This record gives sequence, C-alpha cells and structure tokens, in this order.
Amino acid sequence: MSATATMNNRKKTSLWAMLIIVLAILVLPLTGYLYVHFTGTDTVAEKSNPRADTWRQVREGNKGYSAVKGQETNVLIEGAGQNWRQLRNGPIATYGAWLLSGVLVILAAFYLWRGEVKLNHPRTGKTVERWTLNERRLHWTTATLFILLAITGLSLLYGRFALIPLLGYPGFSAYATAAKWIHNVLGPVFMVALFIILMKWFKNNLFTKVDIQWFKDFGGMIGDKHPSAGKFNGGEKVWFWTLATAGVALCFSGLVLDFPNFGQERFVIIVAHLIHILTAMLLMAFSLGHIYIGTIGTEGALEGMTTGHVDVAWAEQHHDLWLKELEQAPQKPRQ
Amino acid sequence: MARMKFLCDAERCIECNACVTACKNEHEVPWGINRRRVVTIDDGIPGEKSISVACMHCSDAPCQAVCPVDCFYTTDDGVVLHDKDICIGCGYCFYACPFGAPQYPQEGAFGARGKMDKCTFCAGGPEEDNSAAEVEKYGRNRLAEGKLPLCAEMCSTKALIAGDGDIVADLFRSRVVRRGGRPDNWGWATAYKD
Repeated sequence: MSATATMNNRKKTSLWAMLIIVLAILVLPLTGYLYVHFTGTDTVAEKSNPRADTWRQVREGNKGYSAVKGQETNVLIEGAGQNWRQLRNGPIATYGAWLLSGVLVILAAFYLWRGEVKLNHPRTGKTVERWTLNERRLHWTTATLFILLAITGLSLLYGRFALIPLLGYPGFSAYATAAKWIHNVLGPVFMVALFIILMKWFKNNLFTKVDIQWFKDFGGMIGDKHPSAGKFNGGEKVWFWTLATAGVALCFSGLVLDFPNFGQERFVIIVAHLIHILTAMLLMAFSLGHIYIGTIGTEGALEGMTTGHVDVAWAEQHHDLWLKELEQAPQKPRQ
Repeated sequence: MARMKFLCDAERCIECNACVTACKNEHEVPWGINRRRVVTIDDGIPGEKSISVACMHCSDAPCQAVCPVDCFYTTDDGVVLHDKDICIGCGYCFYACPFGAPQYPQEGAFGARGKMDKCTFCAGGPEEDNSAAEVEKYGRNRLAEGKLPLCAEMCSTKALIAGDGDIVADLFRSRVVRRGGRPDNWGWATAYKD
C-alpha cells in the first residue's frame, strides 16, 4: 500500500467518524422521547383524573341538565364574557375615546388651517330647491335620533368614569335609567328612519366615474379645484354606504340586545354587543366629519338642509352636474 | 379577615336541589329567579356529576368591572354585593359573569330587565343589617347574625361548603386525602372500563 493510499484511508476514516459523532449528537438527546413514548403512556393514563372529562366539559361550556329552568341555567361556565369584558373595558373603550377625540382634534386643526370653504362667486340671489320638506324632516328626525342614541350610548360606556364624579352614584343611576330607556325605545325608531333614507336615496348614491375625479381632487376641500358632482358628491356617497353597511349592522345588533325576551344566548349577545359598539364608534366618528362639512366647513351648505334651498352659485360650485340636470328638466318655480 | 368562598364537592353532590329550595325560601326570591342551581354533566350516563352553582363572589369580579353605574362592592369578607337602588338593569353583569349568576325580574314589555338579583352569600345589601328594606330587596342577612349561607348549611351530603376560604380548603383537602389522594380509587381506571 502506498503512502498516499494510507493518507486517503485515514481521511475517510476520520470523516466518517466525524459524521457519526455529529449524528449521535443530534439523535441521542431525542431518545428521551422514545423512552417516554414506550414507558410513559400507560402510567400517565392510569394517573389521569377520571373527572378530567367532566371538568373539560364544564370548561368548554357544554350544556348539562338543570332542574332550574331559565336562560342557559344548564351551562356551568360561559367563558366568552371574560373576553367581552377585556375587549370592552380595554381596547374598545380606550381606542374609541382616542378615535372620537382624535377626529375632533383633526377637524379643529383642519378648520384652523383651511377655514370655511367659501363660495368662489358671489351669491346670485337665485336659489334652487335642494331638499324637499319631507326630505328635510327625514334628515333631521334621523339626525336627532342619532345624536340622542350616541349620547345615551356613550353615557353607558364612559359615564362611570366621566359622569359619576359629576352627578354622584344616585344621580348618575337616575340619568342612566333614563338613558337606557331612551336608547332602547328610540333605537328601533332610528332603524326605521335610517331604512327609509337608504331606500329613498339609494339610486342617487351609486358610484360613478365622476366620483373618482372628485376623490382625486379631495372634494375641493384641499386645493382650489372644484370637482364635478351630481346631487350627491363622492363624500356623501361614502357616508351613505357607511350607513348602508355599518349602520345596518348597528341596527340589527341593536335589536339582538334590545329584545332579551327571545332568550338569545350570552355568546350571541356578546358578539352583537361588540358589533354594536364598533359600528357605533365608526358612525360617530364619520358623523363628526359630516356635521363639520355641512355646517362650519362649507359656506352655504347648511341652508340647503334648513330652508331646503341653495344659492345657484353654491350649486354650481359643489353640485354642477345636479344643477345642469335641474336646468334641463322642466323648470320648477324658483323662490 | 375571612375570605368567604363556596366549594361544591362534585363527588358528593347528589342533585337533590335542597340548596336551591333553601335559598328560595330563606330569601323569598321572586318568582322565576333562582339564585342557586344544580347542573348535572353527563346526566343519565355512568359517571354523571352534579355541581351546585351560584355567584362565586370572585376576587376580580367581571360583573363589577363592566357595570356602567358601578353598583357593585366587595365586603371585607370578600363577598360581592350590589346596590339595587343604583342598578339600572342593563344586563351587562349577566353578559360578563362566567357562572350565569345575575338574573333579572321581567319588567315591562319585550323582556325588559328589572333590577338585577343574585346570591348575596346570605349577606344582604348596603342597607342596615336585617332591616325591612334589606330583607325586601336582598333577603336575609345571615352573615350579620353569625351564620353561614343556608344553602351550604342545608346540604344533605355536605357537598356544598361555604365559609372562610382557608377552612373550606382544609376541609376539602382532608376529604381528598381520605379518598386516596385522587378523586378516584386507585386501580379502578385499569380494572374497570366504565
């Protein structure tokens, strides 16, 4: 055998030795699992608590039997309430307050920066009818109900921290009793009003190509452009569809909470409550923007919803396509 | 200071519902409300177990945490009580409670909730001990008389124990030790199939 062959053999041997050592290092520590697998199962089973199955059922909230009849009396533990408590008292209450106050701060800052969006051309003195008397009644009924529901709803969430120090326990309790009653009774009325709105203005709120340009120009709120819009501009359409989605979810979840006589289970109630509170926060935040734009944010906007008529200069600037439509249609007597 | 606790020994409870009846009678609980109830798991199947449950008087009580009008308070004995004059019957404590303890008399249409009612650990409410107003709203205040909750006192098999948590725990531990360290008999799981 030559010297080089011996060297090669040695190299091979040491390489194999290394591999085996590495393999052993990797595999040997795992033998514990094998040991437990073959020896451990029986002893574990023998020592396991025969009540484990009972307690597992209890923990999972399974239904048993109870001679006492009533709402979920046959359930020993319902765990969802704890999640609800943590979500409601924690992130929802915290971020909800930040959301609403944040929107208020942003609107205030925007007003300071941009100011009122003024009419570019002086008032013509000519007006066109924008909202009929019935439309205005519908709007203000819904708006009043919305504000009442928002205030009473927020009182139930934040009153304990904000109002008890002011009114005292008996005082706040009396107010909360009234707030609960108002909220429960006016909720379904609001729902009816909202559904009439959704049906009435559905066709006007379908998105068109015009709305894309409207959003690109920030609705004329930022910059000096005056994007075209029909009777409803892009922003109003977004508000409409928010009401048509989140608003409808808000109403139906509210019904689940409002009528406990149907014996809905706690899990259903809790999910409904979370949907209710989240959609309510969203709508309240949105409504602040809607109120801002409709009042101090835009010159001449509020009179449309109070008197029913807007100046032609305003209509030309904000809803030019709608004005054209009106001019092409058979003329209605103007004021 | 004692820390009051309930414990129900599932190996002893025979689902006689004496605790439920005793409570109802002692406190003149309104129709349709049961402050305590017995739940049977696997009813009618070998190995069925019954547990008597009421308000457990939690340390970090969920009802207390979610109450919009903050009407709950914990006594020095660790008993969770509430003030019916403050309660608005919103139902939140019922949503939050894992044990389903809070209940409401129906008041008005569509199941509108009245003032919440629940187990008081026989400790009444915020009114003067055993005054007419307290008995009317919350039932008897046995703790003020130096007595323990009647449900546990009346328990036919002494499955339900109520009192200072340390004493209750000692009592239960001694039972478990006598039973053989585990709430089962050694070898039975291997020897018998059901």
